[in-house]
Amino acid sequence: MPKIIKDTQIVDDSWIIIEKDFSGPLPLGKLLLPMQYWLDNRESLNLMIAGLWIDSDEAVELVGHEANLFPLIAVNFPAFTDGRGFSIGRLLRERYSFNGQLRAIGNPIQDQLFYLKRCGFTSFDLKEGADLESALSSFNDFGESYQGAIVPPEPLFLLNSSKNN
Amino acid sequence: MYIYNEQDQKIIEQRVAQFQGQTDRYLAGKLTNEEFLPLRLQNGLYIQRLAPMLRIAVPYGLLSSAQVRKLAHITRAYDKGYCHITTRQNIQLNWPQLEDVPKILGELAEVQMHAVQTSGNCIRNTTSDQFAGVSQDELEDPRPWCEIIRQWSTFHPEFAFLPRKFKIAVCGTEGDRAAIQVHDIGIQIVKNSAGEIGFQVLAGGGLGRTPVIGSVIREFLPQKDLLTYLDAILRVYNRHGNRDNKYKARIKILVRAWTAEVFAQEVEDEWEYTKDTLGRLTQEEIDRVKGFFTQPPYESLNNKISDEELAILAENNIAFGKWLQRNTRSHKIPGYTSVTLSLKPTGVAPGDVTDSQLEVIADLADAYSFGEIRATHNQNLVLADVKKSDLFKLWEKAKVSGFATPNIGTLTDMICCPGGDFCSLANAKSIPIAEAIQRKFDDIDYIYDLGDLSLNISGCMNACGHHHVGNIGILGVDKKGAEFYQIQLGGNAGSDTSLGGVLGPSFGENEVPEVVEKILTIYIEQRKGDESFLDTYRRIGVTPFKESVYPKDKKISNMHKDQGLKHA
Repeated sequence: MPKIIKDTQIVDDSWIIIEKDFSGPLPLGKLLLPMQYWLDNRESLNLMIAGLWIDSDEAVELVGHEANLFPLIAVNFPAFTDGRGFSIGRLLRERYSFNGQLRAIGNPIQDQLFYLKRCGFTSFDLKEGADLESALSSFNDFGESYQGAIVPPEPLFLLNSSKNN
Repeated sequence: MYIYNEQDQKIIEQRVAQFQGQTDRYLAGKLTNEEFLPLRLQNGLYIQRLAPMLRIAVPYGLLSSAQVRKLAHITRAYDKGYCHITTRQNIQLNWPQLEDVPKILGELAEVQMHAVQTSGNCIRNTTSDQFAGVSQDELEDPRPWCEIIRQWSTFHPEFAFLPRKFKIAVCGTEGDRAAIQVHDIGIQIVKNSAGEIGFQVLAGGGLGRTPVIGSVIREFLPQKDLLTYLDAILRVYNRHGNRDNKYKARIKILVRAWTAEVFAQEVEDEWEYTKDTLGRLTQEEIDRVKGFFTQPPYESLNNKISDEELAILAENNIAFGKWLQRNTRSHKIPGYTSVTLSLKPTGVAPGDVTDSQLEVIADLADAYSFGEIRATHNQNLVLADVKKSDLFKLWEKAKVSGFATPNIGTLTDMICCPGGDFCSLANAKSIPIAEAIQRKFDDIDYIYDLGDLSLNISGCMNACGHHHVGNIGILGVDKKGAEFYQIQLGGNAGSDTSLGGVLGPSFGENEVPEVVEKILTIYIEQRKGDESFLDTYRRIGVTPFKESVYPKDKKISNMHKDQGLKHA
């Protein structure tokens, strides 16, 4: 079973990513459906088994507040340098109050884990062959951060202010 | 200046450790070239034509004498004994070894310095006016705002992988000395009708291959909203900026495609969600940062007496008088002045400074300017708070060390990128062009007669030498493997920023000084009174210059049939 990082642990993972150009009957198992597929077929789907994945060029607004229908939403990083996913992650958490598992898929690299975590991501599917043990150490690249995000939401100046007062 | 607390220090030290780890993984083959590339760029490390190049951040150009001494040590220990001041007020090392870079960053961290986000597709060093805090015409000191932006932009988790690089400049005076109109975001400190200080925000300016003057997207932004509003701009850009073509990826392309009005509305819509969140600045934080930029302990001096003494010295020493005229600038405190140390003597690459010069500058700063030094986007160094009564002593010492060339703001005070001698992006050399022009125009009286004149040289259309906003701009172009130079006229980087227009077909390297001479001759012939080059150009237009440089009947030797880049 493929390994991913979830909540800073290396775990087995059984979610199956359904490609965008998929057609025909869905396979059995825990499926990550492409966003557009879900939008097109939502009436006939059993959401108990489905997660959703959003590509970096797709509008997260189309899922919007329905995000919490899903236990897992994945955001695709077609190239690790495509930083749109960071904004998508934050929007899901901040604007649409998504509280399920938020996963980075595609090609995120170890050196982005700290930022991804700060933007609300909780699980990470790194490219095949990535050294996951080594990757875990990158969550601790920094202690404090200047600006607020999802983790933590307060900028450093607010944290310091409440400490001082 | 801003002094790190334990948290700031720890963050920078953690960055050094992170980059040490990344370098180790790269050298061990565990990080691919492709993966290491953006990571090293975000630490200022380029792989250049001859060696790696390390760009060290100098936030808004401000340096302490201790930092300058450390830089002297670093250039000596890890490089060839000199460094280069860039047009983003940063400092570049041209010859470090890749495996030494984490060690260099460690040394920099000891003096609260780093190379964070000096390159790569992220928010770069925020720049400002080199005379911030000492100008008479300043509404408010921009440096605390630059520092607030520096902290917000440092390791911003959402905006580390933008479509392209992103540059912010802040200006606190009406006369713009920070070129804010040609930045991705330009922030102008303004006062509204209620008398409150806030910001006018411009977006979508930039140089590079498509030079654009930024558009105002908000007339007045309250102070506390600065960071949430910046977040909104960056989020709109991060999501919608072009990622398919790096030449169309800057925010200016998006703003132009959408129009400034539509872009501004998108930002407003985004900001509606974020303006009242935890990211909103507090008065406590604004005051904390402002507390680092208080006035140094100025003496109470009699300006009239200092001026009289200076006038006598200048009369008795013509060279000192010339330096006084060009290299010093009025100061808001009576009896004080700001001094620009010229890094543009003939025969030295513009903006280059040696290890021993750096040490002299640090000593001068300690002796005469409260231990502070400023790097300018014109590639010089400034001692901002010098007593007028110290000027003569300072001048004598600066002269011995080679940075008292009295040419600030003149033709020979050129902005020039490292060009093809160093940079792997360049199409053509730029330093030898600068030198040839300096050698051609070595008559200081002629230079003075020309008065204020900016000549900017870039070795390629990425425009690091700001050629679009030079009164005379020179752009190196590659034509079938040969280096040619296109001339532009009429650019300006001040508050009435304008982009130069291409004069005509480009020239070979050897022809450039002669062409510049023809252009200057037209100016001298046609100017009215003490009209500047720019004003004359704006009055008479390009035609007289064109007719002189490209006579209809005569064919200029080696003239290249290149109509030049059309400006958008």
